[in-house]
Amino acid sequence: MTGGRRRRRRVSLPIPVLVLAGVAVAFFALPLVGLLWRAPWSSAWGYLTDDDALTALRLSMICSLWATALSVLFGVPLAWLLAKVDFPGRGVVRALCTLSLVLPPVVGGVALFFALGRRGLVGQYLDRWFDITLPFTTAGVVVAQTFVAMPFLVITVEASLRQLDTRFDDASRTLGASRWYTFRRVTLPAIRPALAAGAVLAWARALGEFGATITFAGNFPGTTQTMPLAVYLALETNPEQAIVLALALILISFAVLVGLRDRWFGRAPRANAVAA
Amino acid sequence: MRTLPRSASASLALLAVFAVSCGSSDSGSPSTGSTGASGTVTVFAAASLTAAFTEIGEAFAVEYPDADVTFNFAASSELAAQIGEGAPADVFASADLDNMTKLTDAGATSTDPVVFAGNELQIIVAPGNPLGIAGVADLADADLIVVTCAPEVPCGTYAAQVFEDAGVAVTPKSLEENVKAVVTKVTLGEADAGIVYRTDVLAAGDAAAGVEIPDDLDVLAEYPIAVTELAPNAAGARVFIDFVLGATGQRILASYGFLAP
Repeated sequence: MTGGRRRRRRVSLPIPVLVLAGVAVAFFALPLVGLLWRAPWSSAWGYLTDDDALTALRLSMICSLWATALSVLFGVPLAWLLAKVDFPGRGVVRALCTLSLVLPPVVGGVALFFALGRRGLVGQYLDRWFDITLPFTTAGVVVAQTFVAMPFLVITVEASLRQLDTRFDDASRTLGASRWYTFRRVTLPAIRPALAAGAVLAWARALGEFGATITFAGNFPGTTQTMPLAVYLALETNPEQAIVLALALILISFAVLVGLRDRWFGRAPRANAVAA
Repeated sequence: MRTLPRSASASLALLAVFAVSCGSSDSGSPSTGSTGASGTVTVFAAASLTAAFTEIGEAFAVEYPDADVTFNFAASSELAAQIGEGAPADVFASADLDNMTKLTDAGATSTDPVVFAGNELQIIVAPGNPLGIAGVADLADADLIVVTCAPEVPCGTYAAQVFEDAGVAVTPKSLEENVKAVVTKVTLGEADAGIVYRTDVLAAGDAAAGVEIPDDLDVLAEYPIAVTELAPNAAGARVFIDFVLGATGQRILASYGFLAP
């Protein structure tokens, strides 16, 4: 959006396309309008600054940022492996690592119990040898969120790595750069827009995570009750508060998605130009 | 396991809408309440009624072949919220009086609520009670992982009341959204103990054991039932409620551990 770099051009689309696109926009906008319509504006501030709400919001922020960091830490190498190394069973590994996209989150939560719970495959040893228990802890929330959020990053980054022209990597390597240096100075800058997009998607998914969290980590204010859980429980006794909290959550995500889009994603064409 | 009933409830509600619209289009004559029930009766019932009401629904379909019953099982508070938002329920069966009162006060019921069953609380523990939990006082142990329902749902309110009456300070590790979630945490071995209804312990079978709470501390949960104001099939709803209150309904409820009203 900065300066005249992006010019708005009038593009004429076929009428049916415009109509269908309009319906799609309305489909997404209307529920939000519904929330705004039912929001109790006079008491909104009180609900928002309620101690429990602030605690849940803080916890949501901390956990979702941790989940995003872990997703980047493990997801980028995973995406690299899937994109660049042709090993037997790659398709299976890819399907496995993106399984949580299609798994109902509650099932994911139960599966996490079987793996990392007190009686779980690995969890029983964590408990016995290291005295680490994940269920009902803040760390458990991060684990549940990472489980459902990381695939968004992996898929985005992998797609970008695949489209990357390998000649730049090759050139860098033939000029004597190490693999690691090439990754840092050539590959990483080229995939940066995709990495940013993937990280934001993963973060947004983690922020809204409900099913796996409430199943695996439970619900306790201050330790595991994130905003979506607080909204859900408030819906049962105090729908007005639930609406206000939900709107706050939407507003935060919206601000980040819109704000980052221009900052980071706006550079995508340039980065692609380098890659092409 | 917990969101399934919720998503199912949405599709049930949709189904109910379809069933009602289809029903009215192909049979012009409305069902007559005195002779029997026809069409679909949509029952919103507390999660703790899941097994008993499912069986009652089957028995009802045998008794009234023209009718069938669809259920939406969830926390009573959630159901009350759904009905308050205009969900097409015919019957509301709550696990507590408060959530029913919420609806009657809002004019969302068309009959006076009738209590059709009672329930008590129990401590649910692992099979064989390996930790030797003898009563409510033992739950104060900080090393014990105790889970209860959230205060927003009836079983959570009751659990808090039991702890208060017993003068025991218990810090649950998690406040679950409904009673079945508490059962799951204990049967999976992730929690050592939880407060649930005695019917839930019975329903868990070999996967869990129950520890009685003495009568002077226990809470008697009363289950009221009523026809909703916007019931698409009010006649069928009344017949269903009579069936629950009748001999067959009461026999089935008792077999699942519910107390007579």
